[in-house]
Amino acid sequence: MFNFSTQALFGQLLVGLINGSFYAILSLGLAIIFGLLNIVNFSHGALYMMGAFMAYFGLTFLGIGYWPALILSPLIVGVFGVVIEVLLLRRLKGLDHLYGLLLTFGLALIIEGLFRNAYGVSGQSYPVPDLLQGGLNLGFMFLPYYRGWVIVAALTVCFAVWFIIERTKLGAYLRAGTENAAIAQALGINVPMLTTLTYGLGVALAAFAGVLAAPIFQVNPVMGSDIVIVVFAVVVIGGMGSIMGSIISGVSLGIIEGFTRLIYPEASAVVIFVIMAIVLLVRPAGLFGKAA
Amino acid sequence: MLSKTVLLATVAGLALGGSAFAQAPQTVRIGVLTDLSGLYSDLSGQGSVSATKMAVDDFIAKEKPSFKVEVVSADHQNKADIAANKAREWFEKDGVDLVTDLVTSSTALAASKIAKEKNKIAIVNGAATTALTNKECNDVTIHYTYDTYSLANGTAGAVSSQPNGKTWYFLTADYAFGHALEADSAAVVVANGGKVLGTSRHPFPGSDFSAFLLKAQASGAQIIGLANAGTDTTNSIKQAAEFGITPKQSLAGLLVFITDINALGLKATQGMYLTEAFYWDLNDETRAWSKRFFDLNKKMPTMVQAGQYSSTYQYLLAVKKAGTNDTAKVMAAMKAATINDFFAKNGKIRDDGRMVHDMYLFQVKKPEESKAPWDYYKLVSTIPAEKAFQPLDKSTCPLIKK
Repeated sequence: MFNFSTQALFGQLLVGLINGSFYAILSLGLAIIFGLLNIVNFSHGALYMMGAFMAYFGLTFLGIGYWPALILSPLIVGVFGVVIEVLLLRRLKGLDHLYGLLLTFGLALIIEGLFRNAYGVSGQSYPVPDLLQGGLNLGFMFLPYYRGWVIVAALTVCFAVWFIIERTKLGAYLRAGTENAAIAQALGINVPMLTTLTYGLGVALAAFAGVLAAPIFQVNPVMGSDIVIVVFAVVVIGGMGSIMGSIISGVSLGIIEGFTRLIYPEASAVVIFVIMAIVLLVRPAGLFGKAA
Repeated sequence: MLSKTVLLATVAGLALGGSAFAQAPQTVRIGVLTDLSGLYSDLSGQGSVSATKMAVDDFIAKEKPSFKVEVVSADHQNKADIAANKAREWFEKDGVDLVTDLVTSSTALAASKIAKEKNKIAIVNGAATTALTNKECNDVTIHYTYDTYSLANGTAGAVSSQPNGKTWYFLTADYAFGHALEADSAAVVVANGGKVLGTSRHPFPGSDFSAFLLKAQASGAQIIGLANAGTDTTNSIKQAAEFGITPKQSLAGLLVFITDINALGLKATQGMYLTEAFYWDLNDETRAWSKRFFDLNKKMPTMVQAGQYSSTYQYLLAVKKAGTNDTAKVMAAMKAATINDFFAKNGKIRDDGRMVHDMYLFQVKKPEESKAPWDYYKLVSTIPAEKAFQPLDKSTCPLIKK
């Protein structure tokens, strides 16, 4: 079981880090949405898929390339998220978690169904941008430039979001709203506005991950449901609502998954869920979460 | 005396006529059990339902049968238990005579067992496992379009007979179909003097194959055999190019459908060998039928969908010929027939349920060779029916007397 080369080890760990970057950025979006809105956003996977499709539409119909899409697609999908929040989610305020879960799950089914109806499941091809074609031979593995870029971009965005929330005034408002919405409102913070924008931000992060994923995976309507279950497990392990927890557990679980592929590939699909079960037994609030 | 004879004759006539009348079906019901929503729905799915209805319409227009034909369809979600339950419900409650398409090996094996139990017919077009005509065979199941043996024989045979196709590494979908395809291909590779260096079995369905591909790369094999299908295959091909695995090592797509090539584009797939039972651009007949299919579905048919049309038409012809929907008589009529249509020439259904017909080895065109949308394949060779499928004397089907 352990007779593998260091070459294979580093290769798998690097692939794990790449996957972990996706987990981190998606679970970060889920965590901030849960933190402020108390909503388990099941439509996260569908919005991630929409992000990838926006990039594909831009390129196919309007000739908009990858780099502008990286900004535009999260903006468009973010605005879509704002509309969802204002029209639907807002009405669930004060109700049990279950309602938010059901609503967002229903939304995910509708969005996926519409895309599946229009595009089938084989998916569409999205090319790697010219600037990032090719790759670098690291000796132990061939690292495609694009995958390297994914790690850099995802981690940069994750830490920028962390910085905004933990170290700026806007973030302080946001944390105040999370802690106690009534008092924050009494002190003159526009909490409903903040809530809407937070949902928009969380959704935009999902769309950003979608654009990053487009050149790696086929752009297809089910790409979101493939990944979202793993991401939920990551969030549970990190602790619902914990910003840093979701980033760290996203990256480290990607690496653990990579390591599992090396020693026992058949278990790679379940290892994250096994860890989730253990964490729930030992620390029900998650590794970085505070007990309610 | 006379009156007695007349009476006897009348009774005899009534009895005979009555029995003949009771047997002639009023309505024949065909259940298309397929993947309507999952990763195989592009290669089968609605297209298969559409092809079935085309066959029914053409049959009624041309043969003017005395019975009516109904088509029902359902999504088996690629799960054996759902397929078994639906087939049982159709046979028991809805009077379905034939369950067909059946896209994954697990669903096909499950539905075939239910058909045997209920003495109804199953015609498999989507699934590939050779188990259907070997140890799991029965006298009510027909495996029509293709199987893992014919794919392995075509693609693995062609690739491993070249000097730079001798060492293989398999990337295998971890379920019945993947295992069967890997086993059949490995046997062909070894028979051609090649060697299998290793195997990675990935969860089904998967999305990121880079880890498995890196292992394949580290093995140094000349050929990476993709014993998977649908989006698993397309993602594998895409990621192999990304990690610089191709073109240093070559890929052999062991089950690649034209819809996959369409999704990936020719740039990523050019030069790849693949085996199919059907291609729309083979001759005037295939072009004419495919154009009708294209007008209805806005995409060219896969071999599964073409086989679905052909098998449905053959089934209905057999019902007409037998004058009954009785399972044993229809099966006998189908096995007695020689199949000649746009899909197959001189096709025969053997006693193990295998429909034998020519298969085709194609190579994917370079982007500059493709003149029009869906113009993707070059015909490399036609694999004659007697070579394309597993010989009957190698079959482990208990129905085959040796």
